Amino acid sequence: MATFVLNGEAFEFDGADDTPLLWVLRDHAGLKGTKYGCGAGHCGACAVHVDGRARRACITPVGAMAGKQVTTIEGLGGDALHPVQQAWIEEDVAQCGYCQTGQIMNAADWLQRVPNPSDDDIEKYQTNLCRCGTYARVRKAIMRAAELSRDGAVAVVVPDTGEATS
Amino acid sequence: MTALNRRHFLKAGATLAGGLALGVSLPGRVEEKAPDLSGRVGEPSGPHLAYLVRIEPDGQVVIGAPSSEMGQGVKTSLPMIVADELDVAWDDVRVEQMPLGIKRDSEGNLSWLHVSQGAGGSTSVSEGWQPLREAGATARALLLQAASERWGVSLESLSTERGVVFHADSGRRGRYGDFAAAAAALPLPEAPPALKSADQFRIIGRPQAVVDAAEIVTGQAEFGIDAELPGQVYASIERCPYHDGTITRFDDKAARRVPGVIDVVTVEGPAPGEPFTALAAGIAVVADSTWAALQGRKALTVEWNPGPHAAESTASLRRQMQDAMQQPGQVVLDDGNVDAAFDAAADSLEAEYFVPYASHAPMEPQCCVVDIREDSAVVIAPTQNPSGASRMVNRLTGLDRMAIEVHVTRLGGGFGRRLTVDYVAEATQVSMAVKRPVKLQWTREDDLKHDFYRPCGLHRLRASLAADGQLTGWRHQLASPSKYYRRANVEADKMWTAELYPDDPPRRLLRNVQLQYYSMDSGVPRGSWRAPAHYANAFAVQSFIDELAHRRGEDPLAFQLKLLGEPRDLPYEQHGGPVFNPGRLAAVLKLAAAKADWGERLPAGRGRGIAGHFTFGGYAAYVVDVTVSDGSLRIDRVVGAIDCGLVVNPNHVIAQMESGIHDGISTALRLEITLEAGRVQQDNFHHYPLAGLRDAPREVENYIVDSPHPPSGVGEPPISPLAPALTNAIFAANGRRIRELPIADQLMG
Ligand code: FES
Ligand code: FES
Repeated sequence: MATFVLNGEAFEFDGADDTPLLWVLRDHAGLKGTKYGCGAGHCGACAVHVDGRARRACITPVGAMAGKQVTTIEGLGGDALHPVQQAWIEEDVAQCGYCQTGQIMNAADWLQRVPNPSDDDIEKYQTNLCRCGTYARVRKAIMRAAELSRDGAVAVVVPDTGEATS
Repeated sequence: MTALNRRHFLKAGATLAGGLALGVSLPGRVEEKAPDLSGRVGEPSGPHLAYLVRIEPDGQVVIGAPSSEMGQGVKTSLPMIVADELDVAWDDVRVEQMPLGIKRDSEGNLSWLHVSQGAGGSTSVSEGWQPLREAGATARALLLQAASERWGVSLESLSTERGVVFHADSGRRGRYGDFAAAAAALPLPEAPPALKSADQFRIIGRPQAVVDAAEIVTGQAEFGIDAELPGQVYASIERCPYHDGTITRFDDKAARRVPGVIDVVTVEGPAPGEPFTALAAGIAVVADSTWAALQGRKALTVEWNPGPHAAESTASLRRQMQDAMQQPGQVVLDDGNVDAAFDAAADSLEAEYFVPYASHAPMEPQCCVVDIREDSAVVIAPTQNPSGASRMVNRLTGLDRMAIEVHVTRLGGGFGRRLTVDYVAEATQVSMAVKRPVKLQWTREDDLKHDFYRPCGLHRLRASLAADGQLTGWRHQLASPSKYYRRANVEADKMWTAELYPDDPPRRLLRNVQLQYYSMDSGVPRGSWRAPAHYANAFAVQSFIDELAHRRGEDPLAFQLKLLGEPRDLPYEQHGGPVFNPGRLAAVLKLAAAKADWGERLPAGRGRGIAGHFTFGGYAAYVVDVTVSDGSLRIDRVVGAIDCGLVVNPNHVIAQMESGIHDGISTALRLEITLEAGRVQQDNFHHYPLAGLRDAPREVENYIVDSPHPPSGVGEPPISPLAPALTNAIFAANGRRIRELPIADQLMG
């Protein structure tokens, strides 16, 4: 049993405390933007924010979330797009798209502490794996996100989340 | 296309809201003979199943995406083709992924309802190009016809732009939606409508972003792992780790006590030597959540019968290859007289290359949702092969093909892995056993340990040179376990057809060329892995050409251009033909070289390599720059060039080049699947280390050749030349020739 704040609202999970946060989000909270890639902390597809810091949800037991603030991709930008999401769209990063929510959650965390990233910083902090090979655009999107955050120039765009995802 | 059969080709009708709906189906592309004529006959029902283009009275334009989207961009590029001929604004189009569409004629033959819906072999754009354009143009023609009748003006006096019909003389205008209902009642035009000329394209050829971009970055895009059916249960399967092994006995008492576990059922594996259904025998734990199923699975005790391949190892397979090559192989191409050329040679060179087994490892592990009911079935799967999924369900359940609905989500990567439908076979068995919709989820460990792996292979190349440096003879021997080993209707003497493409260069570039094949035994399941066979053959051939150039003391680019010679069409009978033009390959090599400052002197420790290859109709080449110091390798820059004919979406052509570069790097650097005592040894990304961003070159540039040729696909051509360009660069940097993949720690010490 664990009670925590999930994307700004109270959430209660009454299963076993050692259940990974990932599966609680996906199977119980219905938040499917957080992806499963390896279940062992290697790939970053499952990245979420716990009290503002990126964590790999597949190796994070839900019991450890008691009293904490958990933010998933669904809650990252609130009603608007987060600058990192905006940059990801501008640079058209996604191929299959599967790793991208994790990439974005990870970048959104460390960019707060490294607002002027260098190539070295990107290589050091952006450790998420992408099987499709979008790394060239991930680099560009991180630079662009940093720029957008510095300028505060984020368009308030509410994405169309209707049937278009078929 | 004659007017006569257009009625079979296109089909118009009304949407539920009274708008225009238009479908297209290709005549003469019979999918298969129906095994069973009983059961329901008809078209899949549902509001948007049958149609490619929908224009609603409210003006909404919906275009179906017929092929599976796995990152290669077809959910964007195929609808772009329709939209351009339809003449609507791309921003106004909504794209929907189409479910599998098949139809059955009065003789019981099944065929595609619209266009071919498999995604593999880089064919989606090349095959869809003509029918999708005609569909868009026909829908536009019907709307124009309706406008001309309503306004009482001639067709010739009307024009369209961005979803609006104009009558210039009267200044009248009307949106497509205004004419959609009337258009739906019209007969199809007798003659095919005129198609745009290339200079009239407004969408084709302009860079467009991924259609689902906003959904992807907000976590709303639906992948297979996100699919759900009401009342579903969750399954995880413990599979036999030995190829063709079986279950001796198992104890599920503890598993059944795990909270949330609902049932434990067995999954039948494939019959030994027969085509695959499931990949392996297994025990499925069915639960009320993914985690409960995984926990239940951990509590199983299973004893396996290892079966016929328990002694197989990577070393034993390698010995098998070396031993086989002591003898002549099966000669599959014998142009001229290679032996005579070798005897008369002024100089000759021989080298061996090895490419290991590799896993597809798409970022989304295999998964699907299957509901087998009394008289119908629903499959929701991230599959490259929805009709294969339908056939598999039919085969296992006996349900009529028309009663099986197959929906395709976005795929979290494909790379050929999702051409097979073993996961559908598993979920079907489990759903039949528990009589509920089943969501099957593989773990990463499952995905790496159970795959249709890229075949490994040992290549031996020998070439002879005349005194003036001309190549006079070429022999390529390949020993590999063929990916065709378990296909129905492929004879033993045709195993090579999956592994060697005789019309590949250097055939016809020199007179004496021989190919030999050795079909190896292995229990390891194998299948299509991005650019099947081309990946391995490009590595061997493009490395060897580099070696020959260095042997001659010639510039590798100049040496290869001399070999390719003048532009001309040479026959190419394998997939990607009907012609191979060495001039187009030379052009991409030259373009990449020019952009990468080929020929420039580099400081010590740095090297520049080049390679190019023709894959499935597309020509690609790379120049790779590396720095090698103290055994560590840094890939500094990659410059690529591609000729894929007419470009539908330049943005995605570039994206696929970037993908080929990074996949090529990842696979060449560290990826290999090895076997010990009959079992695959890799089980998660720490043992199968995909390249990360820190391995990726900081400078990546790609260039597209402005090409008058019809479009070819771009999913596969970009990967083949990367590995040899990289290893050729390493040789240039430090004189170390990498003849074996992955590179791994070969640069150490
Ligand atoms: S799924 Fe969590 S790190 Fe890979
Ligand atoms: S976009 Fe496919 S795994 Fe990253």
